[in-house]
Amino acid sequence: MRRSRTGLAAVVPLLWLAVFFAFPFMLVAKLSLSDTALAIPPYAPRIDWSRGLEGVRTFLQGLDLETYARLGRDRLYLDAYLSSLRLAGVATGLLLLIGYPIAYGISRCPPKARQALVMAVILPFWTSFLIRIYAWIAILKPAGVLNAALGALGLPAVDILNTETAVLLGLVYAYLPFMVLPLYAVLDRQDESLIEAAQDLGATPLSAFWRVTFPLSLSGAAAGALLCFIPMAGEFVIPDLLGGSETLMLGRVIWTEFFANRDWPAASAVAIVLLATLVIPILLFERQQRKVLA
Amino acid sequence: MSGRPQLGAVREAFAPWEDPAVRPLVRFEGVGKSFGDTAAVRGVDLSIYEGEFFALLGPSGCGKTTLMRLLAGFETPDAGRVLLGDRDIGADPPHRRPVHMMFQAYALFPHLTVAQNIAFGLKRQGVPRAEIGPRVEEMLSLVKLEGLGRRRPDQLSGGQRQRVALARALAPRPRILLLDEPMAALDRKLREETQFELMAIQQRLNLTFMIVTHDQDEAMVVADRIAVMRAGEIVQVGRPTEVYEAPADRYVAGFIGDVNLFEGRVTAAGGGRVRLASDDGAFDAEGEAAVGDKAWLAVRPEKIAVHTEPPVGGDGNVIAGRIVDYGYLGDWTTYVVEASPGRTLRAARANATRLVDRPLGVGDPVWLTFAPSSAVVLTT
Repeated sequence: MRRSRTGLAAVVPLLWLAVFFAFPFMLVAKLSLSDTALAIPPYAPRIDWSRGLEGVRTFLQGLDLETYARLGRDRLYLDAYLSSLRLAGVATGLLLLIGYPIAYGISRCPPKARQALVMAVILPFWTSFLIRIYAWIAILKPAGVLNAALGALGLPAVDILNTETAVLLGLVYAYLPFMVLPLYAVLDRQDESLIEAAQDLGATPLSAFWRVTFPLSLSGAAAGALLCFIPMAGEFVIPDLLGGSETLMLGRVIWTEFFANRDWPAASAVAIVLLATLVIPILLFERQQRKVLA
Repeated sequence: MSGRPQLGAVREAFAPWEDPAVRPLVRFEGVGKSFGDTAAVRGVDLSIYEGEFFALLGPSGCGKTTLMRLLAGFETPDAGRVLLGDRDIGADPPHRRPVHMMFQAYALFPHLTVAQNIAFGLKRQGVPRAEIGPRVEEMLSLVKLEGLGRRRPDQLSGGQRQRVALARALAPRPRILLLDEPMAALDRKLREETQFELMAIQQRLNLTFMIVTHDQDEAMVVADRIAVMRAGEIVQVGRPTEVYEAPADRYVAGFIGDVNLFEGRVTAAGGGRVRLASDDGAFDAEGEAAVGDKAWLAVRPEKIAVHTEPPVGGDGNVIAGRIVDYGYLGDWTTYVVEASPGRTLRAARANATRLVDRPLGVGDPVWLTFAPSSAVVLTT
């Protein structure tokens, strides 16, 4: 009885992964090994099922790494790749700097206030993500809210829409909850008596923070950093709406290849490379999670 | 000196609280502390002496933990003063007090090794790096954890963690060590061993310990003096024998050990003797009370003798009854005796000989006797 139920419980997530991850991933991997073609859909080779096993063999012979070689030759892809990682990295750093004090502050509040503040962190999710990013356009555009405010204060106007600065702003804004929540979870769970023990043994409140609270919250910081870095590296909407033409990010490259250039193999190859790069932080994240849950 | 602590004559002579020339190490003077509308501690006056093993005993919520936290510096008093030596430390933050605490759940730093945990206080004190290693080793051997310095707390058993907590609190050589329910998480056998080890360590280092506990047996075993607390106030302070044999009131009598209480009116008094008329009969006891007063006699179960025949002669107090239950504890048997419908008394008997054929069982008629000197007269 018990055995079959555990078996079933394991089947559900495996089935989910197979249908929604493994299968699409294989499709994309196959696409990345194909060549562009003037056809619908726009790639070749395709499996000719009418010829049976022979058709599959011909298809497999038609696959090659040509698209990947193309990615290596074109500076554009490498630049987009590096700038994606750089922007995601900088944004993660900013998120840590901003998110940590917020999470720490919330965890020091009385329980009632804590609930309200956590609610406030999650609240933006109740509005559409797209609308919130569009709102940043209204704020950052040359005749927007920001410049109106600066003007009213007698300060010079800034033109940051369609720049990397705007993209960073958008990233930090959109991903802040994903940084604050895991940090808050570890900080909130931290045993108050550890701080008391540190102070009892002669540590000043500041020293108790650096020697006890901070090192014990690193697991939350790592979780938050990976939770933000991974999707930010492949982010499309924010660089597309807030970034200029010079802001190269892989999410946009994939979109352009797929929809504008109708180069499905190139788009797939870029996606695979991005995934391969992110597997390392994803594995790190998994390990961290196991430690946090243990 | 052997591993066992000296429990006999040597320790008996230790009584600095009886010597007016000795200045106490810690003094609470009229200390009060409230949380919101609740007074956790009220008007506490207490002196603790150098080298003493002092116990704060009481049920949960009686204020004993608050009193300890006032000394550690985690709470500041609303009223009164807390003095260490001659210095009022009431306003000092915890990290400036030479008072260290062993926390109830140990509060070991999970990200540090055992050795780093023990070194934590030494580093904060600015002990030179070269001295820290040997001091940590010394502490590890004191608590018999040699060779475990590189382990993390989660790689230790409950008993080992408790020792690390003790070593960590002792390492910076506190003027007084506070122990907050230190044995609560240990099983019974380990607890008994630990109690004796704590006493041995306390005497070897000649330190002052203050333990907070709700376990009266624990307090009786380890402490030189016990302060019994109730609802934020100290009811009685004394040696274990004093609080057990001469409890100040019914609360202390009932909290420390088992007790039979006889409620009644004093019908005769004089010459250090009192006669009390109660529902269970008229009894004589040694003590002081005024004729006509309401009073209670407190008699410990082990001071009541159980007879299978009506006793003849003697000046003892006698109660006839019937055994309704008994609990065999190996060394002792506790008999529950019904003296009159609904009124039961407890009598304990040491099983000095092997009870292969149990002479007493449920339903047997028995006669209970106790000497006047075995009863304590209480007026509150």
